[in-house]
Amino acid sequence: MNKKLILIIFICLNFSLSAQELKDYTQTINGTDLSFDMKAIPAGSFQMGSTSGKPDEQPVHTVELDGFWMGIYEVTWDLFEPFLYKDFEAVKSNDGKIPVNVDAVTRPTKPYLDMTFGMGKAGHPAIAMTHYNAIQFCKWLYERTGVFYRLPTEAEWEYACRAGSDDKYTFGDDESMLGDYAWYLDNSDGTTHKVGEKKSNAWGLYDMHGNVSEWTYDQYADDFYVSSPSKNPVNKPTKLYPHSLRGGAYDDDANLLRSASRLPSKAAWKQLDPQIPKSNWWFPEAPFVGFRLVRPVMPPSKEEINAYYNQAPIPDR
Amino acid sequence: MSNFNSLHQQRRDFLKASAAIAGSAMLSSIPLMGHSSVNDTIKVALVGCGGRGSGAIDQALSTKFNLELVAMADAFKDRLDECFKNTSEKHKDKVKVPDDHKFVGFDAYKKAIELADVVILATTPGFRPIHFEEAIKQGKHVFMEKPVAVDAPGIRKVLATAEEAKRKKLNVVVGLQRRYQANYRETIKRIQDGAIGDIVSGQVYWNSGGVWVHPRKPGQTEMEYQMRNWYYFNWLCGDHIVEQHVHNIDVANWVKGSYPVSIQGTGSQAWRKGKDYGEIYDNHAVELTYADGSVIYSQCRHFEGTSNRVDETFQGTKGRTFLSSNNAGRLWDQKGTMLYNHPTKDQKNPYQTEHDELFESISKGEYNHWDAEYGAKSTLTGIIGRYATYSGQVIKWDDALNANNSLMPDVLTWDAKPKVLPNEEGLYPVAQPGLFQWDKA
Repeated sequence: MNKKLILIIFICLNFSLSAQELKDYTQTINGTDLSFDMKAIPAGSFQMGSTSGKPDEQPVHTVELDGFWMGIYEVTWDLFEPFLYKDFEAVKSNDGKIPVNVDAVTRPTKPYLDMTFGMGKAGHPAIAMTHYNAIQFCKWLYERTGVFYRLPTEAEWEYACRAGSDDKYTFGDDESMLGDYAWYLDNSDGTTHKVGEKKSNAWGLYDMHGNVSEWTYDQYADDFYVSSPSKNPVNKPTKLYPHSLRGGAYDDDANLLRSASRLPSKAAWKQLDPQIPKSNWWFPEAPFVGFRLVRPVMPPSKEEINAYYNQAPIPDR
Repeated sequence: MSNFNSLHQQRRDFLKASAAIAGSAMLSSIPLMGHSSVNDTIKVALVGCGGRGSGAIDQALSTKFNLELVAMADAFKDRLDECFKNTSEKHKDKVKVPDDHKFVGFDAYKKAIELADVVILATTPGFRPIHFEEAIKQGKHVFMEKPVAVDAPGIRKVLATAEEAKRKKLNVVVGLQRRYQANYRETIKRIQDGAIGDIVSGQVYWNSGGVWVHPRKPGQTEMEYQMRNWYYFNWLCGDHIVEQHVHNIDVANWVKGSYPVSIQGTGSQAWRKGKDYGEIYDNHAVELTYADGSVIYSQCRHFEGTSNRVDETFQGTKGRTFLSSNNAGRLWDQKGTMLYNHPTKDQKNPYQTEHDELFESISKGEYNHWDAEYGAKSTLTGIIGRYATYSGQVIKWDDALNANNSLMPDVLTWDAKPKVLPNEEGLYPVAQPGLFQWDKA
């Protein structure tokens, strides 16, 4: 077979696969006993933003999105730690070895501090990583699985959180129900909790409200909604600060957990890093930051994947 | 001024202590010669230009006072050059370091100290005693990083130098930044005022995943290898019970208002083994026993995959407390009712506060900082912890303080041999409890 024919077959296969296969699945990580669950999120449109929130949530505007998969849970330390510690990854691997392509991935500098802040590891969301760190984790996963994972865009995150709802929260406007769905200031006892202990939203996603604020890929701009495109919008990041986080955290009050609420990242989250240059990998003063994974229905080209993963970190002095 | 009460308390404690010294002068807030006006430029030298030294000079130059960096010293030229570049980019008007004021090598510190009014000491801990001694001998104010020594002879040098600094009214701040962090100051002030009664027990932790390795490079001498991988060698680092855990141990001593009379413990290399990891242990569990019979438990480890925590808890006769560098400061009574909960968000950076307060005192010509004594005694607490876990013996404070086991190599050149060397397989000797003699060099 010539290369062209293979390419055509590949494209057809890929297209038909992607159209049909948008259903829930479990991603295993070969050579380890690690796995995680992905939820199919159908293509559709929704009203992004809120008229009752802060000015940066306005104007409310229609957004149309392609389908994607999203992590049912926030990424936990169980998954994150083999990326953080190569020695630990080797121990967790069935044959005690790390594949060459995985070995080549740049890993976080080992944090001088404890980045769990004593809040627990097994089943708890991984926390305090920078935006760059979260993307490099996706790259490690890609090398491990061959599947392109990335951060959600802000629009994808809000669409998935709302799961068809136009209300303040995914379950409606009644704040008194928030404790059934979320860990936040009133019920968290000042700590993260194991993922998936509260009720899921209508699309089967857990902890979209609360537990940890979740990274999106977007650069935060308070006026982005004024000029946002309607189809698959993303405010591509070019600066180190601020990026947009969503969902609120264990130490936030109810208002910051709303589906439309946006949190800009801050340089001050690194002030407890006593070194210069400051670490590209950690926010010692942001134990409330985590993330969850997204996989687009249409996988990007190899060039696009490389461009996504291989952006050099912006120095932080 | 959130720091006022704490400083005041510190000063009161110190004056109480120094009143016992016959003929001691009235020390606090006496205007000194020199920087009586904020318009005078304060000249700063940086000794130790690694990541922490670069951070410390950034903080010094970020204070509102009129500072200039005039000299730099480091054992390694590449570290000095990188620090100079980073610092110049951020503070270009305040960096006045011509090439002939950049000093490289083991003896670089002396020349840099000469050129300054204030010296920042941020090399690896093993050199701190000789650098501090030189700075005070030359009459300079000092900011020095923790820990302040790695062995008992080093501690004695720092304590003697601390006395000289007091006589000369030279401000000394030690980088135990919890002493400059509002949650610690506010919570411990309440404990000292009796909010939870007398402290009868406590637990302090530094359990984390460990730190960097710089793999051995071809052509490196053993001295250069150890200097680049200083964390894993006791003559440079003191083991992580000293280098890191000193922070939590210092909180224990601060809360108790005293120092242990005896220490025992256990430890090992359990997780982190092999030629990359030198001679230090990866876990220590230690009991600190104080004169009143109370015991503080101290635990530190560098494991991967395990649960972690870096914080301090104490139990009193009327309640309990939880403290962490993540700005937590909480007090409860015996029934579990919260008495105090320090806000955790939008807090000042304690690494900056150290420098803000030091340079405020210096620019006003005041003498307000004498951290070296508690810095040395909390460092010694960690060192005795290491002696205890390595040897498996119960060690008395006074015996340890008087030990003559200097870890410092006899000669400091790139070709000289450190005292601990690898075997043919590249492995370093690791202390074996029951066999290791803590009081022998």
